[in-house]
Amino acid sequence: MAIAKALSVREEVVKERLGLTSNYAAAYAVKSVDVDVIAAYPITPQTTIIEKLAEFVANGEIDAEYIPVESEHSALSAVVGAAATGARVFTATSAQGLEFMHEVLYIASGLRLPIVMAVPGRALSAPISIHGDYQDIMSARDSGWIVMIASSAQEVYDSIIMAYRIAEDSRVLLPVMVSYDGFLMSHTTEPVEIYHEDYVRKFTPRNLNRHRLDPRKPITIGVIASPDWYYEIKYQVINALKESKSMIKEVHDEFNKTFGTNYDIVERYMIDDADYVLITYGGASSGNAKEAAIRAREKGLRAGVLRIRLFRPFPTDEVVNAIKDAKAVAVIDRALSPGNTYEGPVFNDVVSALYSRGIDKPIISVIHGISQRTMLVDDFYNLYKTLDEYARTGEYPRKTIFMGLRGGEA
Amino acid sequence: MKMYFRTIKDLPLDEYYGPGQLTCAGCGPSIAVRWLLKAAGSDVIVVNATGCIEVTTTSYPYTAWSVPYLHVAFENSAAAASGVESALKVLRRKGILDTKAKVMVIAGDGGTYDIGLQALSGMLERGHGVLYVLYDNEAYMNTGIQRSGGTPHFAWTTTSPVGSKLRGKVQRKKDIMSIVIGHHIPYAATANIAYPIDLANKVKTALDYLDEGPAFIHVLAPCPPGWRYPEEMTVEIARLATETGYFPLYEWDHGRIRFNPPSNAHFDKSRRKPIIEYLKRQGRFAHLTEEDIKEIEKEIDEYWDYLARLAKAFG
Ligand SMILES: Cc1ncc(C[n+]2csc(CCOP(=O)(O)OP(=O)(O)O)c2C)c(N)n1
Ligand code: SF4
Ligand SMILES: [Mg+2]
Repeated sequence: MAIAKALSVREEVVKERLGLTSNYAAAYAVKSVDVDVIAAYPITPQTTIIEKLAEFVANGEIDAEYIPVESEHSALSAVVGAAATGARVFTATSAQGLEFMHEVLYIASGLRLPIVMAVPGRALSAPISIHGDYQDIMSARDSGWIVMIASSAQEVYDSIIMAYRIAEDSRVLLPVMVSYDGFLMSHTTEPVEIYHEDYVRKFTPRNLNRHRLDPRKPITIGVIASPDWYYEIKYQVINALKESKSMIKEVHDEFNKTFGTNYDIVERYMIDDADYVLITYGGASSGNAKEAAIRAREKGLRAGVLRIRLFRPFPTDEVVNAIKDAKAVAVIDRALSPGNTYEGPVFNDVVSALYSRGIDKPIISVIHGISQRTMLVDDFYNLYKTLDEYARTGEYPRKTIFMGLRGGEA
Repeated sequence: MKMYFRTIKDLPLDEYYGPGQLTCAGCGPSIAVRWLLKAAGSDVIVVNATGCIEVTTTSYPYTAWSVPYLHVAFENSAAAASGVESALKVLRRKGILDTKAKVMVIAGDGGTYDIGLQALSGMLERGHGVLYVLYDNEAYMNTGIQRSGGTPHFAWTTTSPVGSKLRGKVQRKKDIMSIVIGHHIPYAATANIAYPIDLANKVKTALDYLDEGPAFIHVLAPCPPGWRYPEEMTVEIARLATETGYFPLYEWDHGRIRFNPPSNAHFDKSRRKPIIEYLKRQGRFAHLTEEDIKEIEKEIDEYWDYLARLAKAFG
């Protein structure tokens, strides 16, 4: 019944089915929301998003000001200025570009500006690598932005539409990053269903009823705060991000209803009865993990995958609920947190989520797919087998496993 | 430059820059901002770079600004202003906002000559209709008087100290006006807080040109603690900067250069006051030898020579 309803909703809202890379899907989403100001600077693997948008603007398909800035620092600064003036804005970057924006990331959230940015994830220099992983995102995770990580081109398209609704909600007013695999998604063509613009526009109404630069009602934005004030103002951002989770869920529910989709802030794949769970984010890791879970189940292992779709604010309850009954868990990180007890950044998040609920269980930190190093389904399948062993013996490594590292770990 | 104001009495009584802000007594940049805002009126959005003016006027929960004001960071005010201007343009076009507001950047020499030069160049090259005002107090004052690309030759600062081997700033002041003019924007001008009518007219003229593209005004604004002189001398010292030919007043208007009084008479060196009159009042030049002063004089002569050639070609 639910499926039939979703199908008929889909029939109504979907305008066309196109073959799009995730980058093009991002551009199509931006086109559909009546964006006002786009400012961006090219970097692999983000470039094709902003090329597509430039094309849309040049052809009059988007009525927006496109600011071809001279750097990423200026890209984010320009959209900060535009958002503070009341415009709906977009920017996109990867890796070095996100690092170059770093200073302004904190300013964007501190000023509570609804900015949407797409970030196909990429490895950070040095050595320079144009290939995909999530080091850039992880290095920006404490900047007070809402961060979503998508796993398909369709999800990129849908998430960016949701991002506008979330960012501009007067109860939220925070910038949102939508990330996904550099190359493996940014440059891979998949079928994407594009919606009729009316539906998208209705879903993303403008919110001009927010603080903005207006000579008729002059306000001062971007003040200096003494130690007497800084702490409380910063706490408001912390709190807004925390509180945003329920609004984000609300937007997901409404999006699902409007567009006949089935998104949640985490994706549970064969989780309900799973003994062994791989926690992943992004496209390639999650896809491989799902394949491996199917194979593991064929071999009699109760395997499941938990994909983290909303990364900030972290979906603590959803993660804990999904794995609390599992016998053993592995968190696959495509990013590094050098010098930490465990080098997998999301592993550390998962462990603190478990700790906060008083749960202790075999859980391992696995690094894989750094700079797009090939990840095989076999690798993930073998992880399920190892988890089985760990659960049986109760013995498991208390340090991060660097999967596929040539020469082994030191 | 159009003459909107002829005497000080023509300037509006309205104040958009509130009292009680925290600049030092005799702050030149503060005087500059007051005149700027008077000339610009209420329909303006200010984008301010990190620096003395920003930290002294926006101490939460107070503000000195009664026009809309945005501060983002130190090096990006031109980029943020590009965004504000683009937003106004498109929201106007879409019928979402009904506004004629103009955009004005106010940034220091550090935020302009040095760390913000890239963003400024980008904004000028892209042709945003923004008036960029550089208030030049010739050093990073907010962080405690460090040298910038705008600090003059030989001047003492905390990072160009007077030591036994090096005596003050080793390099000459960067010619920011030539850099800006190289972008072929409609209007660029120098101004000085000691000449408020000239300054106000230049602001109005610049704002009128913004439909065509960017405008730039370089305002000299002395700083008592940074230049080491008594605070009641600010305007006098500023005036001497122009009277000695150190800081000439001129405009670059659609490819033509025009010199404003009193600088229009200063191609004739005998009409300029001796540079020593300017230098001797400032502690930052207290260590200068006769030779150093000669060197400065030579540099000013060279600069006038360069300006004369510009005037000949583009006058
Ligand atoms: C990226 C960055 N680097 C350094 C600083 C520290 N800083 C703040 S204001 C300032 C100097 C400002 O100098 P200027 O632009 O000349 O303005 P003034 O203080 O003289 O008014 C510096 C170095 C900063 N805020 N941001
Ligand atoms: S240090 Fe100089 S520029 Fe800064 S507030 Fe004081 S007088 Fe003004
Ligand atoms: Mg300065």
